[in-house]
Parts: sequence; structure tokens; C-alpha cells
Amino acid sequence: MKKIKKIKIKVNGKILDIEANQSLGSCIRKIKVPINKVAIELNLEIIDKNKLNKIKLKNKDNIEIVHFIGGG
Amino acid sequence: MKKDHLIIAKKKFQSRLIVGTGKYKTMQECAEAIKITGAEIVTVAVRRVNISDKKKPLLMDYIDPKKITYLPNTAGCFTADEALRTLRLAREIGGWKLVKLEVLGDKETLYPDMIETLKSTEILTKEGFKVMVYCSDDPLIAKRLENVGASAIMPLAAPIGSGLGIQNNVNIRIIRNQTKLPLIIDAGLGQASDAAIAMELGCDGVLVNTAIAKAKKPFEMALAMKNAVMAGRGSYLAGRIAKTDYANPSSPLKGLI
Repeated sequence: MKKIKKIKIKVNGKILDIEANQSLGSCIRKIKVPINKVAIELNLEIIDKNKLNKIKLKNKDNIEIVHFIGGG
Repeated sequence: MKKDHLIIAKKKFQSRLIVGTGKYKTMQECAEAIKITGAEIVTVAVRRVNISDKKKPLLMDYIDPKKITYLPNTAGCFTADEALRTLRLAREIGGWKLVKLEVLGDKETLYPDMIETLKSTEILTKEGFKVMVYCSDDPLIAKRLENVGASAIMPLAAPIGSGLGIQNNVNIRIIRNQTKLPLIIDAGLGQASDAAIAMELGCDGVLVNTAIAKAKKPFEMALAMKNAVMAGRGSYLAGRIAKTDYANPSSPLKGLI
């Protein structure tokens, strides 16, 4: 059986093993985050949510997904 | 009577009470308290999504950003870079341009670092943000903030969460006299009378979080704060009498038997 190639990425500080050749969009959808209620940063760069599917993830990519919580 | 609105960055609001959404026991309690205050603007923080527990309730499910203006803040940021990153992300969540900037300088007092704050205000304004700035109660700094394009000046009454009320009435009055920008007391209020005093000093509004969220009865305090802000504003507009050191009888002396 052919071994699936995996890469390591970091999402909100947590290391995840994911299949290689995945788009940022498919990764976000797998995490099941409500895209319209969050902002996404890839390697410190804010990503336009309309372009998520066009970006291929690479090994050691660092993703931050943020939303609003209660605060003063 | 003429309509008395709070105007920030050309947007009109009827309520002069802005409330924070932190420190409540539950999101439900928070949403209910906000409803009672009648606030039209609430501050919110930007934080990581919990990717392992997706069942956690979301603020947006309890407080509808279409009905209430979200004011994203930079609480917890200690440098201009952190604050800029946070607000750029906040804008990306849903196009928010009206933001609350706070760059802290000290962990114990949570006093603002005004050098970093000034720098950030200038950059954010150039990027098209409407920046409401948490600041010290220093009239010179307030002037500087105005010069770099702040949309509102928000001096602290006292340290965040301290409940001490306004510590320097004179400075607040001086800032009031020198600026036409919205002046909003942010942080340090403890009870309804503190809010009334802020309004009587001529502030355009107050921002309250801990005093409501951590009151023994948050809903009762929410209502008291709402009433205090209205009473204080009314008192300010009515124009108080001059203070004198001696008595001035309320009943006429003429016709005394």
C-alpha cells in the first residue's frame, strides 16, 4: 500500500499531522471552524477568506484562527 | 427637548453607556445584562478559537453584531506590534473599523503605555481604522492623540477593574475643555454614582465592565448604571449652580413674621 505523505503544521499553537498537498481551506473545514466568524493568519500574514482554497499548506506552516470572546 | 446623541466617527448612538463583555459567569448572563443597560456598543476581545472543544458557546450567538456594535479591543497587548496585529485580525473577522486601542505598559496597574499607544493610533488611523483610545488622564497626551487622528479619547478613571471611581476630576475637566472629540471614561468605575460623576464632568460616555459583571447582582447594577449615565448627562446639560462657601436661604426672608 502506498504510504500517504504527511506534513506537520501548527494550528493555534497545537501541532497537527495532516496529509500533504492540502489547501488551507480544506484544513480549516476539517477543523470545523465557522469561517464567517473568524479571522485566519498563515505565518503571520492575514489571509483573505475568499482565497483559502488557493493556498497549499507546507510543512511547518503556522496557522492562527481567532474570533471574538467576552472582554472589557 | 433636542435629541441628545453620542456621535462617534460620524455614527449616532442613543446610549452613552458602553459595556464590556468580559468577566460574566455565563454568556447568557452577559447578554441579559447588556440588554438591561441599553448599550449599543460592546467591547470584545480577540482570542484563539478553541480547536479541541468546538461546543464552546460563541459570543456572536448571544450578542448579535448586526444589532449591537462590536468594539474589538486589544486587551492584553503590551506592544504596538501586538495591538496592530490584533486589530487587523479583528477587522478581518467582519469588517470592523471602529476599534478600541489599549496598549498596556505595566502588569500590576495595567496603565497604558502612551508612547506605544500614540504610535499605534497614528498607524491605525492611516490604515482607515476609527480608533477609540484607552489612555492616561493626561491632557497633553490627550491632545497628542487628537493630533494623530484618534476618534475618541478614553482616559481611565482609575486602574482597570479597581472600582475606585474618578481619581483626578481636574484632569478630566481640562481634557473636556480642550477637546471636541468624544470623551469617554474607560476603566476604574465601581458604582453607579461614579458613572454619574463622569457624566457631570461633561464626558460624552462611560465604558463599564467589571462594575456590572462582578456586582453581587449584575442585572440590578446594569440598570443602576444605565440610570446613572442618563441622570449624570441630564445634570450636566441642565447646568449646575455655582458653589459658594456660605448659605443662601431657599425661603424668602421678606414677609417673615
